Amino acid sequence: MTEVTLSNVVKFYGKHQALHGINLDISDGEFVVLVGPSGCGKSTTLRMIAGLEDISGGEISIGGRVVNDLPPRDRNISMVFQNYALYPHMTVRENLGFSLKIAKKDEAEITKAVDEAAGILGLAELMDRKPAALSGGQRQRVAMGRAIVRHPDVFLFDEPLSNLDAKLRTQMRVEIKKLHQKVGNTIIYVTHDQIEAMTLADRIVLMQDGHIVQVGTPLELFNTPLNTFVATFIGSPPMNLIDGVVSGTSSIKLAGGLSVPVPASARGQVHSGQQVKFGFRADNLMPYGHAVEEEGERADLELTVTLTEPLGTETILFTDIAGTEVQGKMLNPRPVRPGEVLKFRLMLDKCHVFDATSTDAIRG
Amino acid sequence: MTRRRLPEWFLLLLPAIIVIAAVVLIPLIFSLYSSFTPYKLTRPSTLWTWVGTYNYEKILTDAKFWTAFGRTVLFLTIALNLEMLLGLGIALMVNKVTWGQRTLRTVVMFPMMFSPILVGFQFKFIFNDNIGLVNNALQSMGFNVALPWLVDGKLAMFSILFAEVWMSTSVFAILILAGLFAIPRDPLEAAKVDGCTPFQSFRHITLPFLMPFIYIAMTIRSLDVARAYDIVQIMTGGGPARRTELLWTLMSRTGYVDARMGLANAMGYVSIILSVVFTIYFFRKLTAARAQIGMEG
Ligand SMILES: Nc1ncnc2c1ncn2[C@@H]1O[C@H](COP(=O)(O)OP(=O)(O)O)[C@@H](O)[C@H]1O
Ligand SMILES: [Mg+2]
Repeated sequence: MTEVTLSNVVKFYGKHQALHGINLDISDGEFVVLVGPSGCGKSTTLRMIAGLEDISGGEISIGGRVVNDLPPRDRNISMVFQNYALYPHMTVRENLGFSLKIAKKDEAEITKAVDEAAGILGLAELMDRKPAALSGGQRQRVAMGRAIVRHPDVFLFDEPLSNLDAKLRTQMRVEIKKLHQKVGNTIIYVTHDQIEAMTLADRIVLMQDGHIVQVGTPLELFNTPLNTFVATFIGSPPMNLIDGVVSGTSSIKLAGGLSVPVPASARGQVHSGQQVKFGFRADNLMPYGHAVEEEGERADLELTVTLTEPLGTETILFTDIAGTEVQGKMLNPRPVRPGEVLKFRLMLDKCHVFDATSTDAIRG
Repeated sequence: MTRRRLPEWFLLLLPAIIVIAAVVLIPLIFSLYSSFTPYKLTRPSTLWTWVGTYNYEKILTDAKFWTAFGRTVLFLTIALNLEMLLGLGIALMVNKVTWGQRTLRTVVMFPMMFSPILVGFQFKFIFNDNIGLVNNALQSMGFNVALPWLVDGKLAMFSILFAEVWMSTSVFAILILAGLFAIPRDPLEAAKVDGCTPFQSFRHITLPFLMPFIYIAMTIRSLDVARAYDIVQIMTGGGPARRTELLWTLMSRTGYVDARMGLANAMGYVSIILSVVFTIYFFRKLTAARAQIGMEG
């Protein structure tokens, strides 16, 4: 069983504090994704788990064993690096087999393990090439192969797809997910791309400035963001936020004079005069005739489209409400010209309210 | 009708061509020619007597020449390997230092700043059997000896080797240090995760990366081995009784002391082969090592 536990982990680079008390419990076989904007401390966290960076404070344990003072070689982990970090002077076969050779496994066993990994990742034809003669995607696969031949307790991935083009990235994403289903090991995966996080994770850990902001399943983060940072980081397009003031107990006056009722989830949690941000996703703002049929409280809005982004199955419509640019969505799209006025419906049940000063979600 | 003019590129290159011809080509051709004559500096007219390969035949059967030749090969092999190992050690240590590394790097280069003549005199003094530092130190430590450092054949070779290594190890140290700086960090980290001990990381990752730098240093050194002439000449002059005779001292003795320039030049051409062989050997190794780590092309 290989749980990974971080308790109160702190990292200083000189005087600069990169991590402020990270607490995280990862269970055996779980696929956890650390996501956040660049510089938030994801790589640092991962490298501390790997043993490539000392731990300034707190405790990290792998499989119940505190590893703070163990070198990487005694942690039984594999890591896939952003730049692949292949050994340029070795062939693909040697790259794959290197860890086993170091572990003094016998030839036959190495060949078997390497061929098996090569089979899983489709590397069989490339075995005698050097990394310099491989494409980015192939190098990526070799890096993954090198990680799986060892049958480690935990896989660590540091932005493994960020150097690939968009198409290959989507393809490799699926392969990584398949790999996880096949081998079932614990995986800790770092990315700055929320789509990767959403599609891969059992659980997402969203970080900001060396803190964990929210931990949860992709849907939890999507549906119940704890603050405006989560709301705008997770989901594409990001959640629309409009400034407003609570008036009375049941309505919010948005900047520009438009008034909306306080969403059911926040009722009783707000007080009159409170400065808030009113949030909703593009999926909740759709023009009539091109929307999902659904029951629930709604507000009707006549809005002018300023820009369109056709995506095929849907079109993102840019418009503005009370001077704030917002994005809506059109299903079964028809061509829309900028300047056209459409009648939108806003599903109020699914709207969010955040306190304007603390940015925290207000939810019952 | 226009006068035929030299092409512009040729005109522009002409100064360079003239200089190269004057300082390289003409001496080269002249010395090659004179190696086929019994040219003696004291009797210039001998320059016009053609003796064919007489000088070369004489050399090939000359025991003194072959002794010096063998000693030179041995000397070079030991010196280059020793310099490489010491340079590698120094570079690895300097690379580990985090505080004051710049200063240390400059200090490492000090020996390169001295003229070989000075280095020769310095070590001649250090190894002097009466007043030298080494013997004085030995005596004040209680050993009642006066070792004949520059007189005994083996000890004299050792002393010369010591001076040579002292002067040229820094060439290796600096080039290898440059190599260490150029090593990408990622494969080293990958190796750690793959289970390598620090020694295994060095053996399997660092060393293959350093090999091209080591061979560059070897190539450079094998090209300028002739510089060791100064040190040997100052410290022992090839003596006593030819016990430290290397090709360079033998040649200069033949050419300038015995004034037999033709013969000396023939020796020069035979020993150039030595230099060329060393250089080609290391250059081959260099190319192979570069290919190994994917630096080629
Ligand atoms: N070796 C280092 N020395 C000093 N500061 C560092 C070092 N590595 C990272 N940092 C700092 O620590 C913070 C977190 O970095 P990192 O973990 O690499 O972020 P991420 O991977 O989330 O982009 C950043 O502010 C970065 O500048
Ligand atoms: Mg990073």
